[in-house]
Amino acid sequence: MITFDHVSKHYAGHDGPGAVHDLSLEIPSGEIVVFVGPSGCGKTTSLKMINRLIEPTSGTISIDGEDTRKRDPNELRRSIGYVIQAIGLFPHRTVAENVATVPHLDHWDKQRIDTRVNELLELIGLPPRDYAKRLPAELSGGERQRVGVARALAVDPNIMLMDEPFGAIDPIARERLQNELLRLQQVVRKTIVFVTHDIDEAVKLGDRVALLSAGAKVEQYAPPAELLARPATPAVTAFLGEARLVRRLALIHLRDVRLQPVNGSAPKTTVAIGGTLRDALDAVLRSPDGTVAVVDGDRVAGVVDGTVIRLASQ
Amino acid sequence: MSVAAVTARGTRRLSLSWLRLFAVPAAVGIGIAASFGVFQTLAPGPADSGVLNSTFLESRFVGHLALSFISFGIVALVGVPLGVLIAIGARPFRVLVFLLANLGQAVPGIGILVLLYAWLGLGAEPTIIGLVIFGLLPVLRNTVAGINGVDPAVIESARGMGMTRLQALLSVEIPLASALIFAGLRTTLVLVIGTATLGNFIGGGGLGDVIASGINRSDRIVLVGAVMVAALALLADWALSLVERAVVPKRISA
Repeated sequence: MITFDHVSKHYAGHDGPGAVHDLSLEIPSGEIVVFVGPSGCGKTTSLKMINRLIEPTSGTISIDGEDTRKRDPNELRRSIGYVIQAIGLFPHRTVAENVATVPHLDHWDKQRIDTRVNELLELIGLPPRDYAKRLPAELSGGERQRVGVARALAVDPNIMLMDEPFGAIDPIARERLQNELLRLQQVVRKTIVFVTHDIDEAVKLGDRVALLSAGAKVEQYAPPAELLARPATPAVTAFLGEARLVRRLALIHLRDVRLQPVNGSAPKTTVAIGGTLRDALDAVLRSPDGTVAVVDGDRVAGVVDGTVIRLASQ
Repeated sequence: MSVAAVTARGTRRLSLSWLRLFAVPAAVGIGIAASFGVFQTLAPGPADSGVLNSTFLESRFVGHLALSFISFGIVALVGVPLGVLIAIGARPFRVLVFLLANLGQAVPGIGILVLLYAWLGLGAEPTIIGLVIFGLLPVLRNTVAGINGVDPAVIESARGMGMTRLQALLSVEIPLASALIFAGLRTTLVLVIGTATLGNFIGGGGLGDVIASGINRSDRIVLVGAVMVAALALLADWALSLVERAVVPKRISA
């Protein structure tokens, strides 16, 4: 668990973008917590105070109850994975050498490093045979970002800090990376603090979302579904923008929805039961009579229409 | 692709690079041969036998090597670390050092040597000091540009992963700056070998003695001195380029 206890960061002279005023927040272990907010709201500053790349002016940040100021900053950073938007792979080192950075700093023996590097490259879907010896310049943007994630995971840290890691990647590759991160999280179960200005990304990835406004003021700190359903302040409503309820549909799985029983013959338009209410809404709009069969393989599990969606979304 | 094809392509690339590797010495050899042709067409002078004998030429050549390489060694040992310090250090320091280095470069080489003569008298030492002052700027400037040119994201990720300032500098920033640092070293090496001929004016020795003893007396002597300096400069630059190939990480070289 990471705890922010009345943490502030003030900059001499100007106290505009990036400043943090009295932030208190708890980040539970094993969850993805997303800091989201407009640019300059202090979300990146807050993130960088966790691994002491930025030192707070006042207040305390502790990890599992231990004040981070009691630890050597370099040793602290080696124990926390760190991924940034620009990735920052070392261009003169191969993929394998990049991934081995922190194990190398921690003086692992060569055998152990090689084993770990291969394991990680397999995990992120870049077969070591093809990728280990390549230089970053020989990778696509998405591949580079995956190597950045593997590098951050190298010594199996409990905490990962990710600062807009997918911000500079095209939308299709970004969505794939988001899905991969969620898949990876099923396996590794890290405490991940993720910074983004993209509310869709926040809602998709976060177990909890902290919506921040200027000075890292917490407007709302809640699971995404609650954030979308019940915005706590006008600032949250404004940041969520239009269509927040439609967005929220993507968070509700059809398996959890009370469906209507099949009455007579099932509707021709179908949606798979693995989908979300958003997929169902799309199917309803496509359906000639506004009803859709939810199918589980060959079986029809039930029927969805506008009323079902409306009831389920409340 | 078959293994044979890969090997064939590899071999071709290898032979091409070997060709390029020895292009400079080959060109220098051709240049020396051509100069020898020119030498034959020039009229011999009365002073020739006193200068154009192996004992005198060898002593001045060795003297020139010593002047150049000692100066270059000092420039490299002082300039690179100083450049790194300036790049990561305080501003006022940086302005001061660049002011002095720019001054050293802007004042003509002969002017620096005469000033040093006035201060230290004749000999090799003032010559070496003059050459160091003269050669410092390219190394300083390129080292600073190289270190400052490293992508800040790379440094941030190095520090964010727990490298100390020194570890980041040694294993990331300096290797990434090395192509530019070497470019500065090579500029300075050629500059110093050429300028070392001026050592003649203040008794520094070197091939400047050969050239000066031929002026107004024998075109043959001037030609021999000039060709030796030029060949030395080209070959030294070439030798340093080999070191650069071995040291600078691939794909980083500019």
